[in-house]
Amino acid sequence: MKKDNGLTIYQKSVKKWGWLFLGPVMLAFAVGFLWPFLKGLYLSFCDFRLISEAKLSGFDNYVKAFSDESFMHSFLFTALFTVVSMTVINLLAFTVAYFLAKEIRGMKIFRTVFFMPNLIGGIVLGYIWSTIFDGFLSMYETSVLMESKYGFWGLIIMLCWQQVGYMMIIYIAGFKNIDPAVLEAAQIDGANGRQTLLKIMIPNMITTISICLFLALTNGFKLFDQNLALTAGLPISMNADGTSIKTTEMMALNIFNTFYGQSSFGHGVAQAKAVIFFVLVSAIGIIQLKFTDRKKG
Amino acid sequence: MKKKYRGVIAVFAVVSIIYVLPVLAVAVNSFKKNTYVKTETFSLPTEESFAGTDNFVKGMTFGNYPFAKSALYSVLITVLSTALILLFASMAAWYIVRVNNLVCKIFYYLCIFSMVVPFQMIMYTLVSTADKLKLNTPFTIPVIYLGVGAGMAIFLFRGFVQTIPIEIEEAAAIDGCSPVKTFFKVVIPMLSPSLISVGILEIMWVWNDYLLPFLVLDITEYRTIPIHIQYLKGSYGTIDLGATMALILVSIIPVIIIYIICQEKIVGGVAAGAVKG
Repeated sequence: MKKDNGLTIYQKSVKKWGWLFLGPVMLAFAVGFLWPFLKGLYLSFCDFRLISEAKLSGFDNYVKAFSDESFMHSFLFTALFTVVSMTVINLLAFTVAYFLAKEIRGMKIFRTVFFMPNLIGGIVLGYIWSTIFDGFLSMYETSVLMESKYGFWGLIIMLCWQQVGYMMIIYIAGFKNIDPAVLEAAQIDGANGRQTLLKIMIPNMITTISICLFLALTNGFKLFDQNLALTAGLPISMNADGTSIKTTEMMALNIFNTFYGQSSFGHGVAQAKAVIFFVLVSAIGIIQLKFTDRKKG
Repeated sequence: MKKKYRGVIAVFAVVSIIYVLPVLAVAVNSFKKNTYVKTETFSLPTEESFAGTDNFVKGMTFGNYPFAKSALYSVLITVLSTALILLFASMAAWYIVRVNNLVCKIFYYLCIFSMVVPFQMIMYTLVSTADKLKLNTPFTIPVIYLGVGAGMAIFLFRGFVQTIPIEIEEAAAIDGCSPVKTFFKVVIPMLSPSLISVGILEIMWVWNDYLLPFLVLDITEYRTIPIHIQYLKGSYGTIDLGATMALILVSIIPVIIIYIICQEKIVGGVAAGAVKG
């Protein structure tokens, strides 16, 4: 077809229908994302409890957010949790996928079983595991809410149970994507299993590995439902000055509690925390983009 | 060659059994009386601790809110939201690929941007917007889900639309098809595998979502299953663990049955969503 202004006649006829094809989604997107995002950004510089009473207060909220000990604690807890869960989940998922990518008997059943926990939502998952942990810990007269190390490792075990199957699926796809000719060549050259894994498979799967690492990174960082349902941030540790810290509270839950819990801060501080959280999460996203771009180029 | 993997298969078999134990524990405990759930979590019900179907009967009305109502709202919100997202996001993605003017490009970049923004960033202002526009009922909340979920859905659909050759559509246009008719009669059938993949991702998201409906809906009137279960634990100092286990079992069994029936599609859809880009 003839080209005119870069568009074919067909594309031009499609263009007229923008109001129908883009209209509804743009409207919902403006209401459900864009407006709340921009307003949230603005409100983070305001002092308010009700939105109608918001008054600009400069960087006040950010100063308060950074000097809030519970927020800093939640950041460190989240960072530690994310590093540990990312490592453990990926090691387990990679190992499982290494074997399940081969045509072994029962492979389909194993895959089905390992993936199954992904279908259970975070809240329900939290209660399933809180019952199991407490059933176990009650034999020692304690509970998952009694010590923060129980909460920490409880969350790790729970998240592994949920996400190893998911990452495994991606890793299996990665193993299957390796050119069989390369593997055959390695075999002919007399490479043993370990050499094939380290020198052929892993270098060929760098993209898959980085996808899974970053996926686990953001999943861990943004964790909320499981955190709320398993520990809700407990146990609480009291400071000498009367303030208290929820020791297993992650960042998302800390922001939620600053908004809706019994917090001495105004909503502006909570919104400022949310912006800080957003900046951290997008920083991870940008690093990921840079990382995958460089490899493609 | 086959013999070599015998040990591996044995290990996997054992791990698989351990893997389903948490779900089995829920099933077993849902038949125990309340006090025994905590003290004898890992034993089978005895004559003394066996509660029969009491927990299930009690669970249905537990917490001053009928469980069936929560389940109904969960189904309603999930079905409506998924349908809205699939229809409008696929339409938008197709338009973006075919027209690709400045408006399309800007909107597409905003979509990608929205995928990175965590929900906590927008939740507070979203709730007030939803209240003002009366998007706070199970019948209207799907509009919010469309707004929040559009970014990722358009991103995924765009990848699929790019694989459709434009010549087929042009042929239909020459035969007298209008663009709207072309989209629904020619493009949609070719997109159907991706509609299933994206649909599965959306269903899993909306069905399990807790925070958005919890904040947006008036929860004295409307609850979803995750809200219902969280509410049981949150507001009762002495909750009935047996009844809670029964409710958890009731809410995960349909999901597991659906999973076993269409696992190929579900696993495939999730893998397609994960390896986006």
